[in-house]
Amino acid sequence: MTDAVSKGRSLWADAWGRLKANRAAVWSGVYLAVIVALCLVGPNLTGHQFSTIYQSYVRVPPSLSAYPKPQSLDAEIKEVAKRAHLDLKEWGAKGDRIFVTVTSAKPIDPRVTRYLDRSDSFEDSKVENRSDDGLSMTISTAVKYIHFYFGTDTSGRDLLTRTLIAGRVSLAVGLLAGVVAVLIGVLYGAISGFAGGKTDEVMMRIVDILYSLPFTFFVIMLVVFFGRNFMLMFIAIGAVLWLDMSRIVRGQTLSIKRQEFVLAAEALGVGSTGVLLRHIVPNMLGPIIIYVTLLIPQVIILESFLSYLGLGVQEPMSSWGVQISQGSRNMEGAAWLLIFPSFFLTSTLFALNFIGDGLRDTLDPKDR
Amino acid sequence: MADRILSLEDVKVRFRTLDGVVEAVKGVSLHVEAGETLAIVGESGSGKSQLMMAVMGLLAGNGEAEGVADYRGTNLIGLSKTKLNTIRGRKITMIFQEPMTSLDPLFTVGSQIVEPIIRHQKVGAAVAKDRAIEMLRLVRIPDPERRMASYPHELSGGERQRVMIAMALANDPDLLIADEPTTALDVTIQAEILELMAGLQRRLGMGMVFITHDLNIIKRIAGRVCVMRRGEIVEEGEMADIFARPRHPYTKALLEAEPTGRKAPPPANAPKILDGTDMRVTFKIGGGFLAGPPILLKAVDRVSLTLRRGQTIGIVGESGSGKSTLARALLRLIPSEGAITFDGRNIAGLGRNAMRPLRRQLQIVLQDPFGSLSPRMTAGHIVTEGLLVHEPSITSRQRDARAAQALEEVQLDAALRNRYPHEFSGGQRQRIAIARAIILKPKVVVLDEPTSALDRQVQKQIVELLRGLQAHNDLSYLFISHDLAVVRAMADHILVMKDGRLVEQGSPDEVMDHPREDYTRRLMAAAFAA
Repeated sequence: MTDAVSKGRSLWADAWGRLKANRAAVWSGVYLAVIVALCLVGPNLTGHQFSTIYQSYVRVPPSLSAYPKPQSLDAEIKEVAKRAHLDLKEWGAKGDRIFVTVTSAKPIDPRVTRYLDRSDSFEDSKVENRSDDGLSMTISTAVKYIHFYFGTDTSGRDLLTRTLIAGRVSLAVGLLAGVVAVLIGVLYGAISGFAGGKTDEVMMRIVDILYSLPFTFFVIMLVVFFGRNFMLMFIAIGAVLWLDMSRIVRGQTLSIKRQEFVLAAEALGVGSTGVLLRHIVPNMLGPIIIYVTLLIPQVIILESFLSYLGLGVQEPMSSWGVQISQGSRNMEGAAWLLIFPSFFLTSTLFALNFIGDGLRDTLDPKDR
Repeated sequence: MADRILSLEDVKVRFRTLDGVVEAVKGVSLHVEAGETLAIVGESGSGKSQLMMAVMGLLAGNGEAEGVADYRGTNLIGLSKTKLNTIRGRKITMIFQEPMTSLDPLFTVGSQIVEPIIRHQKVGAAVAKDRAIEMLRLVRIPDPERRMASYPHELSGGERQRVMIAMALANDPDLLIADEPTTALDVTIQAEILELMAGLQRRLGMGMVFITHDLNIIKRIAGRVCVMRRGEIVEEGEMADIFARPRHPYTKALLEAEPTGRKAPPPANAPKILDGTDMRVTFKIGGGFLAGPPILLKAVDRVSLTLRRGQTIGIVGESGSGKSTLARALLRLIPSEGAITFDGRNIAGLGRNAMRPLRRQLQIVLQDPFGSLSPRMTAGHIVTEGLLVHEPSITSRQRDARAAQALEEVQLDAALRNRYPHEFSGGQRQRIAIARAIILKPKVVVLDEPTSALDRQVQKQIVELLRGLQAHNDLSYLFISHDLAVVRAMADHILVMKDGRLVEQGSPDEVMDHPREDYTRRLMAAAFAA
């Protein structure tokens, strides 16, 4: 207190300093930031659309090397030839292009190259040499190398892109429903606690009644009345989770409003709104922030649960919950469909929990 | 040479904080002999409590101790927890300042005394119970057999402190460490507890370390005194010597810290500014839909007072006597019955919104400088909050200038206005609270125990500041305190309250030197007996 800095160090700065000393929380924060950045920009960098279907690559396992694999080229070319109703005479690689010689009983239309281009494995096909009678043709084509680092799903869509897109949905639900729950909960709880008396009684009994509604039933009712809608899920989750928040906030408000600084503010003539917004809410931000970091994982899990039941997001959109649900059905043949989304979901939840733990430690006034 | 129970050599205590390492105790050596009382005196932050906490192994998680604390051949510092537990609680025991929180509210008093007896003396439950009753009798708790089954909330503050003492003495300790055991108590009870402790100490022949910030207290109890300041012992000696011939300037300052001087009385024809007639405040306890009729508690029962411009009325009484409630009712902060006239206008029936413009003229400064400032606002914002309400038109730049001006008025560096409350000391915080009240240029300020939570020296400064502000701004004060020395230095007129009623009133000299009522006499005896 002797050093003459004119800028004060707020409790927040204090807490920030303590948080920085908590390694697990800091690394979780960094990890979470990476995940968020990946989900935001990742889908544009993978080279795949999340809804593009690669018919040639249904349920291919994850691989660091590119598809098609050399050993599958033969089968692929045969497949294309069959589709074009041509007989494959021979094929061979020369330089970075593949030369395919095909024959047919009827003259071959030069446009058959598009059969090759239409396949997911080849591009830039050209007719190199056509026999005079047109019954035999040599086509050169370039192999289109595609990477599926996480493999593809049962429809032949790139799992990496889809996992990242699903992450967007899961995180957005977590954040938005979390914010909805916090806003309603803080406002409701603070008003209830601050008003006290009969108002408090009535407001809290309403919360009790809402508590007694079974959540799944509530969501099914919403879906029945309003149809399946992405926004509806935010509302459903937010509308249920604010109940916890409001109770926590009400309890905090009750204890803070007995503090002398609230009395001092009232003696200054500050109105109820001023007292609530300037004195009560800022002083319970600590518990609120902690609760939010615990709430977001809860929301993500709830969303997964709803999506698992088929009440959540719809194809081709996806969320981690949906992916895990699909993955669990393909666990035996294609374990990667389960492993990757599960890893993303659980590691994100872990990170959030660590951050919540860290914040609880740093914002606990008893540690000061 | 007498039997040395505890000797400390070069004990240091450090705390690791965000601002680096803070040295709370910088190498203290002292010793306690059997059967003597050693008082450690110092203002808050001098490290006197941390020193004993270190000996007991009770430092906070970020603290570390170093040095030698020799208890009959065992160094307590750095001792393992198991070994320490064979000594602390049995041979060395401790009582703390706050009797409200040192007892577990979920267990009966009896079980809390019995438990450590069984644990340390390895006796059966029946023996331990007899011993506990004996201890309660020793600390003069009436009807100890029945009290064994009481829960802490059924006891008064003084009784709780007696229970704490009984618990501490139950295992025949060699050394009792008392950390401000009477600070949270009323003066009359404080006197009883001190007398009890001194008597027990003589009878049981144990050593006692008495930690306090109040030199007045040790006059009654201590043999030897150590004066601590900023983690070091600045003076040590026999009590009588210290009081008669203090050597160190700091000790002298502590001894002279009693608030002195008187306030000049207002002119006799000063206009009435605030007048309460027949004030009554009743609290309803319990009751409700199924709980039956509520219990009515008369916190203030027919009290009238008249405050004139420039006058200070002191309200004294034990805690629970309704002095704060009366003041808050006069400011219309809590509902009350009776007529309240402010500046010739009846304000008793005014609603919230009608009261708002009057609020700037009726201000309050509260007791707890830690609780009365919002921890999330800077000093500048705290001080100018009233301006947001009463002068909403001024810009934030003007508000900032007013904050600086107000802080200078209470003798604080204006550059500190961007700091947060936790960065200030208790005295500085109380100055901020005063600045918040006077920035609005009020006519009446209620001072609700503004100096009770502060060290003596700081108290003196605050009293002088308040007197200066009053003379300068022609303020009227309602000064509530249980500290009669401070009241004497501040007030023109004194009201003595007990159980919500006005017991006696008059000028300070009349009330303090020639009390008429028995209750007042007891209050004065407890406060000024030395």
